[in-house]
Amino acid sequence: MNADVASAAGREGGGLGRWVAGRLTNLAPLVTLLFLVLVFSLMAPSFATVDNLGNIMRQVSITAIIATGLTFVILTAEIDLSVASIANAVGIVVAYFTLQETYVNIANVPMPGAVAILFALLAAFALGTVNAVGVTIIGIPSFIMTLAMMQIGAGISAMLVRGQIAYAIPDPVRFLGSGMIGPFPSIVVVACLFLLIGHLVLTYTRFGRYVYMVGGNREAAEFSGVNVKLVIAAVMIISAMCCGVAGMLGVAYYGSAQQNEFDDYLLDSIAAVVVGGTSLFGGQGGIPNTILGLLVLGVLNNGLDHIDIDSFLKVLIRGLILLLALVINVYAQRLRNRAA
Amino acid sequence: MNVGNGTPILEMVGIGKRFGGVTALTGIDFHLRRGEVHGLVGENGAGKSTLMKIIAGVHHGYDGEMRIDGQPVHFRSARDALAAGIGMVHQELSIVPQLSVAENVFLGVQPTNGLGVVSWGRMKREAREHLQLLGIDIDPTRETGTLPIGMQQLIEIGRVLFSGARIVILDEPTSALSPPEVKHLFEVLGRLKAKGTTFVFISHFLEDILEVSDRVTVFRNSRKVATVDAASVDKAWVIEQMIGAGHHELADAMLGEIWLESPKDAPVVFSAKGLTRPRSFADVSFDVKAGEVVGLYGFMGSGQTELARALMGKSRLHGGTVSMDGQEIRLRSTADAKKAGIALVPESRRAMLFAHEPVYKNISISILERISRLLLKPAEERKIAQGHVDALRIRPFLVEPEVRKLSGGNQQKVALARWLTHLPRLLVLSEPTKGMDVGAKDDVVKIVKGLKEKGVAVVVASAEPETVLTMADRILVMRKGQIAQEFADRGVSKDQLLAAA
Repeated sequence: MNADVASAAGREGGGLGRWVAGRLTNLAPLVTLLFLVLVFSLMAPSFATVDNLGNIMRQVSITAIIATGLTFVILTAEIDLSVASIANAVGIVVAYFTLQETYVNIANVPMPGAVAILFALLAAFALGTVNAVGVTIIGIPSFIMTLAMMQIGAGISAMLVRGQIAYAIPDPVRFLGSGMIGPFPSIVVVACLFLLIGHLVLTYTRFGRYVYMVGGNREAAEFSGVNVKLVIAAVMIISAMCCGVAGMLGVAYYGSAQQNEFDDYLLDSIAAVVVGGTSLFGGQGGIPNTILGLLVLGVLNNGLDHIDIDSFLKVLIRGLILLLALVINVYAQRLRNRAA
Repeated sequence: MNVGNGTPILEMVGIGKRFGGVTALTGIDFHLRRGEVHGLVGENGAGKSTLMKIIAGVHHGYDGEMRIDGQPVHFRSARDALAAGIGMVHQELSIVPQLSVAENVFLGVQPTNGLGVVSWGRMKREAREHLQLLGIDIDPTRETGTLPIGMQQLIEIGRVLFSGARIVILDEPTSALSPPEVKHLFEVLGRLKAKGTTFVFISHFLEDILEVSDRVTVFRNSRKVATVDAASVDKAWVIEQMIGAGHHELADAMLGEIWLESPKDAPVVFSAKGLTRPRSFADVSFDVKAGEVVGLYGFMGSGQTELARALMGKSRLHGGTVSMDGQEIRLRSTADAKKAGIALVPESRRAMLFAHEPVYKNISISILERISRLLLKPAEERKIAQGHVDALRIRPFLVEPEVRKLSGGNQQKVALARWLTHLPRLLVLSEPTKGMDVGAKDDVVKIVKGLKEKGVAVVVASAEPETVLTMADRILVMRKGQIAQEFADRGVSKDQLLAAA
């Protein structure tokens, strides 16, 4: 009993070191971000401009929408490797149900715009449900299940366009993906809305609490009577729905729907979530972390284009900086756990 | 039976050890005579295991001095200690279930030929010989994980006993053993002792300690209370030293007969018929009445832990029916069980707590759906949690600290508090007082009494007879997955329980 008092007293004595250690998972990506901004600003005058800020925001928007759903998944200590593939498939589905120009040689099924969008959302929901069933009811590890889904999504994309490129998409999708809302690109507004809603759900709803608790200790959640499988199924479907929206808007953003269009987004979205400080082991992190991660990634990708280096070297540099950010993340988490 | 020729093989002077802000040991003077069996007793958390882990090189940042054969030593690792001839059998099994029996007996020290290739023939032969000395005749090529827990424990003990260590520390070696197995073990200890091996024997089974030891040291609250010749004391004296004066219920439970009395005319709340789960338990039937505490006692691995999990829907039942208030219910998931009014506090803290979350979230997790439909109400969660924290005396009386910063006993209370806001119809407690100090144990006993008065049906599953004896109104003894005997409306002692298990 003396021990309790002693340890309680020990806790009172805080200090800056302890405060920093406790928040390092959030501070580390922030420092990384500030560092990158500083370096690029010094190296390229064209970097730190309002125009370029707009560019960065636009460039991370699609990743942001995918990363919102992925944050839910990673918080439960699962993973979704099918995000880019689902986005691609759903983007192609919406084009498939839209009347294409005559020169586009795709045996598609034109529908009214609203129906095409509905079909696309249903497709996203269906793919997410397959993931959910595989992981929760059948019991396939999400890593493997979504790896299979990655192939399935790629297969759907390939079957529907058969190597062709489709251009036409419903107007609402075009507007949200490449239009403007007032002075802002609408895709940026949509991305911000997704992040905001994701944050509100995770922080203020019962479901959000369950997401954290399931990730924090799945067994304890189960012993507390939480329907763990339902929570995991839900996050897999949420992830797929976010990917579906990202896929449709992405097609509008790029102006075309084709195979392998979204391949980069798998790595980018996982990197954004994890670089931001959300733990791959679940239970710690959240949308604010993901936002930080998105900005780190966005600044990095964009900044490297502004400085004058070998374009082939850029890929390597990008990889190395990401690795560094991840190493910092892991150490920050370890320090946080030690700060008792 | 005193062998002591004067020279201590091991001496410790002024040993102290702290974990963070928690004092685990203070001012311990301790020595071992060559060729003795030295019994260590004390409540969980009294410091026995910590001291032994210092000797075995597991803990190395400590105060004070340790000498072996008069030479000061300071081990940096278990490997150091092993090199100096000190071996320890830890409380938690550390056998590798996927490996064969022979591989486990020789784990890390496989005999090799000149080329460094493992000589399987020799290994199998010697493993078989060693285990035969412990009274088990077994095919050394069998996969260890397929053997009963008691057998696995003996294999682990065998590994250390025959490693050539001069000092062997046995931490709770008999908890999963049946009486004949214990007898064999003691015979082997006697034989090795005669050859000059020194033993430290930690156990909660005081009869065992007094039977096998030459000297006994008692620990209480991180301090050494006494070291005496085992022949000069009896069990009652040891218990009083262990728990201090004034804890009559506990002392009674440990010492004498407890009178069991279950409520006569209370309605049956929960009823289980023919519950079966292969390799865990078979054909288990029992009823629990409102306000009744049913104790499920058995050695480790007798099935009571698995049964507790199955009642919460955590592991699937392969046969049998369960009903609540006469209505048959299905337990496909923990959520099902909770809906039916069943709650479980599992045996391992890791399995029930969210270490990185604050106390209040750990408490509110099981009642969230009652206090919020969509949006959380953190203020209400905190208020409810604070109520429990005060009522259960969960130190440091705050709801914000992360649970991992609390001491073990307080963590266990947090897990219990989870089920006290909206009372379940059936509360299943698995090893509810494991690792608690006497004060915390008393608190848990009081909480359970309070629940009884409110008509909750309680099941207490434990491998510690004292736990069951202090709490239960009726005791079911499990052996090898089946109910072997029922004690109801009669006096029962710890010895009788052990004999029935």
